[in-house]
Amino acid sequence: MAGAVTVHTNEEASKRPKHITESAPVKWLLIGIAVLFLALIVLLPLASVFVEAFKKGVGVYIDSITEPDALSALKLTLIVALIAVPVNTIFGVAAAWAISKFRFRGKNILITLIDLPFAVSPVISGLIYVLLFGAQGFLGPWLDERGIQIIFAVPGIVLATVFVTVPFVARELIPLMQAQGVQEEEAAASLGAKGWQIFWKVTLPNIKWGLLYGVILCNARAMGEFGAVSVVSGHIRGETNTLPLHIEILYNEYQFSASFAVASLLVMLAVVTLIVKSIVEWKSGQQKPVEKTV
Amino acid sequence: MKGSKSRNVLPGFGLSLGFTLFYLSIIVLIPLAAVFFKTAELSWSEFWSTVTNARVVASYRISFFTAFFAGLVNAVFGLLIAWVLVRYRFPGKKIIDSLVDLPFALPTAVAGIALTAIYAPNGWVGSLLAPLGVKVAYSPIGITIALIFIGLPFVVRTVQPVLQDMEKETEEAAVMLGAYRLRTFWKVILPELMPALLTGFALAFARGIGEYGSVVFISGNMPLKTEITPLLIMTKLEQYDYAGATAIALVMLVVSFLMLLVINLLQWRMNRRTVSD
Repeated sequence: MAGAVTVHTNEEASKRPKHITESAPVKWLLIGIAVLFLALIVLLPLASVFVEAFKKGVGVYIDSITEPDALSALKLTLIVALIAVPVNTIFGVAAAWAISKFRFRGKNILITLIDLPFAVSPVISGLIYVLLFGAQGFLGPWLDERGIQIIFAVPGIVLATVFVTVPFVARELIPLMQAQGVQEEEAAASLGAKGWQIFWKVTLPNIKWGLLYGVILCNARAMGEFGAVSVVSGHIRGETNTLPLHIEILYNEYQFSASFAVASLLVMLAVVTLIVKSIVEWKSGQQKPVEKTV
Repeated sequence: MKGSKSRNVLPGFGLSLGFTLFYLSIIVLIPLAAVFFKTAELSWSEFWSTVTNARVVASYRISFFTAFFAGLVNAVFGLLIAWVLVRYRFPGKKIIDSLVDLPFALPTAVAGIALTAIYAPNGWVGSLLAPLGVKVAYSPIGITIALIFIGLPFVVRTVQPVLQDMEKETEEAAVMLGAYRLRTFWKVILPELMPALLTGFALAFARGIGEYGSVVFISGNMPLKTEITPLLIMTKLEQYDYAGATAIALVMLVVSFLMLLVINLLQWRMNRRTVSD
């Protein structure tokens, strides 16, 4: 029944008999084009960040990432991620549990709704919170009376980031948990395990690598979100600037080296994300043979 | 196949589904509904004149065509990259495979300033193209390049698994029947990949229409020429024209929902195909 399981047969697919593969020149030409395209579109921008960042020397680089505004932007970015990522992790696990372990009507609609933030332009993701909580917004006057500020303040930035990162953990977990089925959990339940016990002892060990990857991706997006946060932040230096917004301000003030220096921090975050992804893929590849014998 | 009754053995259905629906409602659905309520404050003629204003229509055209061309380029090169990664073995393959995901992991603002630095008239690539009279940054070509960057992983990662699972036997059969390699590709392999390729294209296109961060730096933001729709919403917001911004946002939302529907239909068809196989 579990026909949706995709098995990685990476090595097998690249070992092909001669008559259904291309001749060596064609093969190397295709590889060459692919590498060149990736170099032009992906690798070159990556390299340019570091070249531009160190253009005026290491001193300027270090000053740019240790000045008070940069540090406060870094702090805000960390705070926002520290709220958005755990909240969406809990949501992702709950949603994946409901969707993968039970049957109910409208499941496909629910999955589509979880994907919705991916389909919405980042600018609109910010706009909706301005419409709700802004001075002219539906709840604006009510909040104003009580002295609560959400838009152009940290809560707005957190909300917009949470919205944008809703799907990440859920999307990683749903297909994984659907493929794993319910047998192991049912066995645990029939042996008398209680709800949370089943989750911690049976489900979590099975999904840990997928969960980790979802969390890492969610974090990368939470720290790097620009459009949505830009709408709700108000760009107050030292107060409501996240790292991406700080980069924009420096860039628009023609402080290019400083701008790229701060950007290089986020490039390192992206590289770490990709390294973790490779590790996760390798680890879950190791786990697979064990699963198959079940 | 066990009946649905056995699934009730597991606890937590009410809690997990209840929390999921509650969370989605307060974080996603109610805020999105605000766009519809805000637009309802406008009369029909006000709404219509806002969303069909010349500058707004120009921005639709720019957003649509740049996203469309970027999607096409990604469909071609994304397929090529997926092909190379699945079918061949070569040194550095792992690194190439990881590089494909970089646009997912790299913040869009960083991508924006980095691409601008390279393709500006004094940049590494821009300075080579400038003598030829090709202006990349601050033109629609620049916007397209940014959207190619953003959309590439969507195509590669949708096509790759389908290519990997493709049966050797169909290709073998084509060869036995005397088809040449290129003919086999056009007549046998490409039709098989088409749903995945279309899905990847649609995902990249949908993302491209809404993209903001990577585009604003490279586009130059000239009204009627290089102003994308999300930027126009931003501009209206900065002028405190909330109703105008929301009306345009509504148009974009409707387009996004339609794209989501198309993508879901495509994916549903893809899944049905693999199951029936």
